[in-house]
Amino acid sequence: MSTASQTAGPYWHLIDFPEWADLLRGDGPNAGIAGERITLLGRVTDGDGAPCADAMVELWQADPEGQYDGAFHGFGRCATDANGEFRFTTLKPGPVRAAGNVFQAPHVTLSLFARGLLSQLVTRLYFAGEALNEQDPVLNAVPAARRGTLIARPEGPGTWRLDIRLQGEGETVFLEV
Amino acid sequence: MSYAPVAPGSQPPLDAPAYGSTHKRHPDQAPIRIAPTLTELAAPRMTESLYPSNANLAKGPGWEAQGERIIVAGRVLDEAGRPLQGAMVEVWQANAAGRYNHERDQHDAPLDPNFKGEGRVFTDAEGWYRYTTIRPGAYPWRNHHNAWRPVHIHYSLFGQGFAQRLITQMYFPGDPLLPLDPIFNCVPDEAARSRLVASFDLDITQPEYALGYRFDIVLRGRQATPMENPA
Ligand SMILES: [Fe+3]
Repeated sequence: MSTASQTAGPYWHLIDFPEWADLLRGDGPNAGIAGERITLLGRVTDGDGAPCADAMVELWQADPEGQYDGAFHGFGRCATDANGEFRFTTLKPGPVRAAGNVFQAPHVTLSLFARGLLSQLVTRLYFAGEALNEQDPVLNAVPAARRGTLIARPEGPGTWRLDIRLQGEGETVFLEV
Repeated sequence: MSYAPVAPGSQPPLDAPAYGSTHKRHPDQAPIRIAPTLTELAAPRMTESLYPSNANLAKGPGWEAQGERIIVAGRVLDEAGRPLQGAMVEVWQANAAGRYNHERDQHDAPLDPNFKGEGRVFTDAEGWYRYTTIRPGAYPWRNHHNAWRPVHIHYSLFGQGFAQRLITQMYFPGDPLLPLDPIFNCVPDEAARSRLVASFDLDITQPEYALGYRFDIVLRGRQATPMENPA
């Protein structure tokens, strides 16, 4: 039986290292790796639409070739700001091989930890307009009416936005593995 | 490969009425269960070269924290009892007076300029981790009238698969606040709850130096249900 999860609480910033939100930082593990540079941002809100200003968002993604075992270190961590906003700088992931000889659409996994979350919430960020979105096995496991909560929209060059609503109208789809 | 299902009662619900902060933050909809893909079977490789370790929160060059020095050690295992090597363990905690070195913590207790309260260690080949710190204090948290958190150290763990990611809290044996704490008590299964409580350990205790506590952690295991066409 696995150890029980407990909330990260409001003071997790003691393990916040703001530079981790930039996966392309000059002194970081990915300096010099080629790919399409992107910014991913979004706002985390609660059931009242109020910003979650104390959340920790973790990112996990494949490299531009869709690999998890290459040189690219696809992990980032970001604290939400006073408006509940997170922002990562990274390389756009490639399609990831799935079972049945199909490819998953390019995607980034986001995990949320915060006061009031007794265990993490896991979701995915997809990119609007990707042809592979149509055949993606995870997107297809989500009812069509809610699929849009996983699809980031372009917001300026190389910038994609995906807001996350924890509860209520337009609630983000969360995943269990 | 897949992850073994979570044992009933072993994990807290997201909607826990006694814990006020869950009210507006728990999703109304059930999560959608997906078959793990390569994304969930892989995991970031957290190495000491990328994330330097810090195994002593109590003392450094030219400084020493106030409070009762303790040593905490334990093993990180999967559900099959196999040790997890190279697991990254981050810890954070309040100081001896029950105050976090954090701008949002306004509890009227003294800050210790020599205690930041943040550490990072990695498990060895047998799954062991170990760090030295000071015993944290209890602190009030306004969840209900006269609400005090039991003494605890926060833990963040990365294993070898994405589904092994865990954030939890370690509690101390004999704490009278444990039966009163909504966060601790949100874990339904009593045995699962009790495994969040460290045990005093005379073998970890060092003579003339510090008491030792043992805290083992179990991360989700894999089960061998082959995918139809493994990637
Ligand atoms: Fe705490």
